[in-house]
Formats: sequence, structure tokens, C-alpha cells
Amino acid sequence: MEKVIDIQHLSKSFGAHEVLKDIDFSVDKGEVICIIGSSGSGKSTLLRCINLLEKPSGGKVTYKGKNILDNKHDIYAYRTKLGMVFQQFNLFNNHNVLSNCMVGQLTVLKRSKEEAKAVAMKYLKVVGMEQYVNAKPRQLSGGQKQRVAIARALSMEPDVMLFDEPTSALDPEMVGEVLKVMKELAKSGLTMLVVTHEMGFAKEVSNRVVFMDKGVIAEEGNPEQIFNNPTESRTREFLSRVLNAK
Amino acid sequence: MKLGWLKEIIVNNWPMFIRGAGVTLYISIIGTILGSFIGLLVGIVRTIPMPERGIKRIILKIVNGILSAYIEFFRGTPMIVQAMVIYYGSAQAFHLDMNRAVAAIFIVSINTGAYMSEIVRGGIVSIDKGQFEAAAAIGMNHIKTMLHVVLPQVIRNILPATGNEFVINIKDTSVLNVISVSELYFQTKTVAGNNFRYFESFFVACVLYFIMTFTVTRILRAFERKLDGPDNYTMMGNQMQV
Ligand SMILES: Nc1ncnc2c1ncn2[C@@H]1O[C@H](COP(=O)(O)OP(=O)(O)O)[C@@H](O)[C@H]1O
Ligand SMILES: [Mg+2]
Repeated sequence: MEKVIDIQHLSKSFGAHEVLKDIDFSVDKGEVICIIGSSGSGKSTLLRCINLLEKPSGGKVTYKGKNILDNKHDIYAYRTKLGMVFQQFNLFNNHNVLSNCMVGQLTVLKRSKEEAKAVAMKYLKVVGMEQYVNAKPRQLSGGQKQRVAIARALSMEPDVMLFDEPTSALDPEMVGEVLKVMKELAKSGLTMLVVTHEMGFAKEVSNRVVFMDKGVIAEEGNPEQIFNNPTESRTREFLSRVLNAK
Repeated sequence: MKLGWLKEIIVNNWPMFIRGAGVTLYISIIGTILGSFIGLLVGIVRTIPMPERGIKRIILKIVNGILSAYIEFFRGTPMIVQAMVIYYGSAQAFHLDMNRAVAAIFIVSINTGAYMSEIVRGGIVSIDKGQFEAAAAIGMNHIKTMLHVVLPQVIRNILPATGNEFVINIKDTSVLNVISVSELYFQTKTVAGNNFRYFESFFVACVLYFIMTFTVTRILRAFERKLDGPDNYTMMGNQMQV
């Protein structure tokens, strides 16, 4: 298996608060990895350290063998290789649906207008939003916004997609439409890293589940192992808490 | 007020009033536009994320310090005094005989720029952080993020404030009569000085000022509505739906 991302001894502190402690973690091409854990355990920070929205305090992050923390490394070009989907969608409010999916292609990848439009339309179809090309973000529902945000990230044709609780800000009836799109993507062989509280999704589509607790990876394994046979007591406690809350 | 006098003043002096109003509008328009550009530039620079260390951090700190001083100084002193200092100061210090109209535009622009800088900065920080992060996540740098995501929204949001500055400029260019710029107030003073009808002459000026500010306000409001675009979107590939 080809390693896409390799993280060694990653740590991250905000002031005196150590949020990530000595994380070792790697992602193979084509893997779908779900990251679970209670709120504040450092899941978002881990994702954000991978695409450098947060600067790691220590350790090493390599992408396809290249050290991305090297000062000479082109962080803007690197970020186009990772698509990110946020909890709060974060669509560009001044652009309509189509243009949200084109602006990065045009300004960063320097694609032609025709190509950018064709690519954007391709991915808007994937997420089922091709009929809404003219709509502005404020005219869409949460589920629709998130599907556009996914199409925007896909339009950059990244190697890896990072999802940070993509359904947590949605009304319950809209969670399904977003998860459905993500399941399709997972099936298509895309490499995905998904922070989620949707245990059903994690069980069904992931190759690997990572459980984080207080800034460390407490346990990882395939979904059967984590959900049916966790070795760590804190994993068991967490799972019984979230599964009973449902 | 004798209506007869009013009529006579208008009939005899209308070219001067119109020229004065023209100069007032000209200086205010150019001053507001240049001032807005200054404000945008300063606002963008003042919101560049501070690098953690290195020479870039030092340079940015110095630049920010200079820009803050500029803003504080021009917001903290009256434009009428700035006009005197800049016009006569440049003449004395550099033996520079500034063209009065150029001096006027210069003073109005940097004055407007100081106010607009703060308005722009407020506009930039009011854009939610998520959009900056989304732009960063697809590989945009600060300039691209500003140009394609943030500034279009900021410009829309600060349009009312810009219109407000424009209206203030139309009124405040009157202080430029102290450096003998032939704007509306200066022209009116000349007219009144000739006929000794101060009230009637300035009444005409008053009406002209109001017509200018009122019209500008209406035009800007219509422009804002146009920018906002339609409230509804059309579904593509679904034309059957009426
Ligand atoms: N920018 C920040 N500044 C200070 N503390 C932060 C910042 N971002 C996150 N944290 C802290 O780091 C911890 C982990 O946060 P996060 O990674 O968002 O957790 P999770 O996504 O698992 O809920 C929390 O205690 C949070 O308060
Ligand atoms: Mg989080």
C-alpha cells in the first residue's frame, strides 16, 4: 500500500495547553478512516495540523515522502492536494454554487474557465446539486450547502479528503443526504479522513477507526474490532455513552 | 428674504454657482474614490496575519505602526487645519507651489482614506473566519483570499459607509475655501461679497448642497439594491417548473 500521509510524534499546544501528544498516524491510499472521540479530544486539531490550518508544535508530517513542515515546502500547492469539508460549510457567500466550485480551480490551479466549469459540473452532479448552479449560499438548506462544500473540495481533485464533523451542524433530516454522498465517495476509492459522531457510518464504510482521547490516539483498528471488541476501557466507555445516547 | 433678490442673484451668478457645485462634486467624487482605495489598501495590510517570527514580522510591525499613526493623526485633527498645514507647509518647506485643486483632492483623499481604513478593517474582521479557512484550505494565499472572497463582501457591506463618506465630503469640501479652492462655498462667498446679499446667496448654496447630497444618497441606495441581485434563483435543467 502506498502511504499518502505519515505523521510521527506530532504534538500541538495552544499556549500551555497540550492538545495533541505524540501522535503517530498514517494514511494509505484509498483508505477510509473515521476518527471518533469525545468533544475536545483533539480530532479537529489533528485534521487541521494535516493541512496546516494549525501549525504543529512538534513532530513530523510527511506527504508522499515530502516533509511538509520544511520551510521551503510550498504550503499553498500542498493544500490543493487535500480537500477539506468543515462542520459549518464555510461556503463563499459572494459566489453562487457553480462559482464556489470554480474559484479555487481558476485562481490556484489556473485552469481555464471551460475546464473549471466542466470539472465543477461533474462534481456538482456527484453531490446532486447540479440544478442549483445559480443559487447563492444563503438560499440553500444546510444539507445542500454541505453537499456544495463537498463538491467545491472535490473540484480541486485532491488526493485526500478531510471531513471535520460534516453532519454535526445539520438538522437530523438532512444528515442522510450528506452521508449518502460520502458513502458514494468512499465506494469510489477516494482516500478519506472523517471526524464523525455517526457511528453507523463509521461501522459501514470505514476501513479503520481511530479513537482519540485527551490528545492521544487511544485505540485504532478495523470497525468490527473497535465497535465489537474494544481492548481499551475508555473506548468501551465512550462507545456505550454515544450509542446509548442515540 | 426678497424673492426678487433671490431671482436676480441666480440670474446674474448662475455660472459661478454651477461651476462651484461642479468643483465641489469633482473634488468629493475623486477624493472619495481615491480615499476608498487608500482605505482598502490600508485595511488589507492591517489584516495580514502576523508571521510568528523573522524579518517579515518586524517589517509588518513597522508598517502597521506607521499606518496606525496615519489613521490616528488624520482622524484626530480638523480637515480645515490639515488643509492649511499641507498647503502652506508644502509651499514653505519644499518651495512647492501645489495646484490648489490637486492640493484639495490630496487632502480630501487622505482624510477619507483614514476613515475608510477603519471601516474596511471592521468589514474584513466581520467576515466569518470560516470563509478565510475554506479559502486557505483550497490553497489560496492572503491576496487571493482577499480579492476573490473577502473584499467583494466587504465592499458590499461598507457601501453604505462609503456613501456616507461621500456625502460628508460634499459638505466638508467647503472648508477648502481657506486655501482658495473655487468650490461652491468659495464661489458663494465671492458672489455675496459683490452684492452684499449674504442670506440670499448662501440660501442658493444651501439648496445646491442639499440637491447634491440627496441625489447621491438615492443613487447609492439604488446601486446597493442592484448589487444584491435577485432574491430567487432559477433551477437549471428544470425549465418546466413555472
Ligand atoms: N485555536 C485554539 N486556541 C486554543 N485552544 C484551542 C484552539 N483550538 C482548539 N483548542 C482546544 O484544543 C482542544 C481540542 O480541540 P479540538 O481539536 O477542536 O477537539 P475536537 O475536535 O475533538 O472536539 C480543546 O480543549 C480546545 O478547547
Ligand atoms: Mg472538532
